[in-house]
Amino acid sequence: MVEKQGFGTILMHAVLIIGIAIVCFPIYLTFVGSTLTHFEIIRPPMPLVPGPHFIDNYSEALTAGITAPVGRMLLNSFVMAMGIAIGKIAISILSAYAIVYFRFPFRMFAFWAIFMTLMLPVEVRIVPTYEVVASLGMLNSYTGLILPLIASATATFLFRQFFMTVPDELVEAARVDGAGPLRFFKDILLPLSVTNIAALFVILFIYGWNQFLWPLLITTKPEMNTIVMGLKQMMPTADDYGNWPVTMAAATLAVLPPVAVVIFMQRLFVKGLVETEK
Amino acid sequence: MEKRVTFDNRMLPYLLLAPQLAVTIVFFFWPAGQALYQSLLLPDPFGLGARFVWFSNFEYLFNDRYYLQSFVTTAVFTFFVTLVSMSVALLFAVMADQVIKGAGAYKTLLIWPYAVAPAVAGVMWLFMFQPSIGVVAFYMKAMGIDWNPVLNGGQAMTLVILAAAWKQISYNFLFFLAGLQAIPKSLIEAAAIDGAGKWHRFRTIIFPLLSPTTFFLLVVNIVYAFFETFGIIHTMTAGGPGQSTTILVYKVYSDGFVGQDLGSSAAQSVILMVVVGILTVIQFRFIERRVHY
Repeated sequence: MVEKQGFGTILMHAVLIIGIAIVCFPIYLTFVGSTLTHFEIIRPPMPLVPGPHFIDNYSEALTAGITAPVGRMLLNSFVMAMGIAIGKIAISILSAYAIVYFRFPFRMFAFWAIFMTLMLPVEVRIVPTYEVVASLGMLNSYTGLILPLIASATATFLFRQFFMTVPDELVEAARVDGAGPLRFFKDILLPLSVTNIAALFVILFIYGWNQFLWPLLITTKPEMNTIVMGLKQMMPTADDYGNWPVTMAAATLAVLPPVAVVIFMQRLFVKGLVETEK
Repeated sequence: MEKRVTFDNRMLPYLLLAPQLAVTIVFFFWPAGQALYQSLLLPDPFGLGARFVWFSNFEYLFNDRYYLQSFVTTAVFTFFVTLVSMSVALLFAVMADQVIKGAGAYKTLLIWPYAVAPAVAGVMWLFMFQPSIGVVAFYMKAMGIDWNPVLNGGQAMTLVILAAAWKQISYNFLFFLAGLQAIPKSLIEAAAIDGAGKWHRFRTIIFPLLSPTTFFLLVVNIVYAFFETFGIIHTMTAGGPGQSTTILVYKVYSDGFVGQDLGSSAAQSVILMVVVGILTVIQFRFIERRVHY
């Protein structure tokens, strides 16, 4: 380091630790809330250390829930997140391949058509998109949850940027050896893209899991709710109504998969985050 | 940037593009066209037909006190979310960049709020600050603060700003930390030898060199506060009390789905598309410029 550090370092550790304690407090308190009884919570102040009702609350949440079993909602969220992540990667890598490795009429037109979608987040065009999906009969279906969210310019750009860095000699060598475009894609380009695909997958999984507005609009049946939007439906609206511990257990379960992804795949996550913003 | 070597094939590129273009046309261009068209229509009160009214939906919006108020609300919300989350993240990043021991652990502990969905963040913060059961609210009241965000618009605003800023700290922290670590140590050492103290070094060397990152994050945070905080508003305040936390995106939803005022909602969508367009252009201009740094 630049200069000798004594007291300054201790101070910095202290600031960081206090900061982290504040940042993590909402998540901790949610967990504590999921181990208490409803009465302990509605008569404040609630205890700040976990209680003994962990198993009761979680098994009630998973099997019965309040509007629908949380286990079912977790499954819906999982299907939606996987569908969005895999779908986005699949259609983006194909279209990026077409745009980078081929010359054809309307190439730039296709590029700009995809680029435009950057400017239209789902929040901005909700009413008409809802009408389109409703008229296609996709309400309360996985197709309706996934399909409208898988078109993405960012993923296409990421793959385009990456393909531009792949040496031209590889294409030449492949052509000399008699490999066609599909063979080149499958045997050379795809294996080279594995790290990028994984990093993007981490980001897109979290994006899909955390969707709120879209499932809120198109899933009217409780058994099709995703966990993130179902949580809002579970929230007690008055003190003598609802069940805070079960709601908090559901909240803990709702953040567990994406948090696990971020922590255990930290390197890929950071890479994906930095790459998608380029 | 163009590839020198390409493949020749007449049909294949179109087949490869077809899935993405199909999804884009059906779920982006069709709805966006619908929004444009509907923004020029006035549905009759029974929902049976609609009259073409040119720009009167827009005219009506810009004379609507509540809509103009929503612009102000969005501006206040965006300003404070960006300010709070960026300054806290910068502080943490500067600290984490300096400490040698435990930097990795601090990083791991600071990044998880990113994984929490905005709507879940709203539920968590409400659980702490809800006036009747929230434990933080209880101690605030014990300290004599008259805490009631259900009735007090200013307090409701403070609460949604805190929750939204909290969620964005991780993201800003990661980018600030990466930016700080990219600054050559030799520059800082040279300044230290010349007798520049910590604060002086930060103000005259580190902060200016960090400006590309700061500007980039500024745009990202504005986009975040504008468009991705719907879940927080919806779970915590539902735009209330009154209209005090109704940001523009929330108003599109509440006028369209709750109020069933489709013409007005579509016109608001069109206005927001223009806002996103401007922000996207700024972001791209900036990325072109960043190359020179």
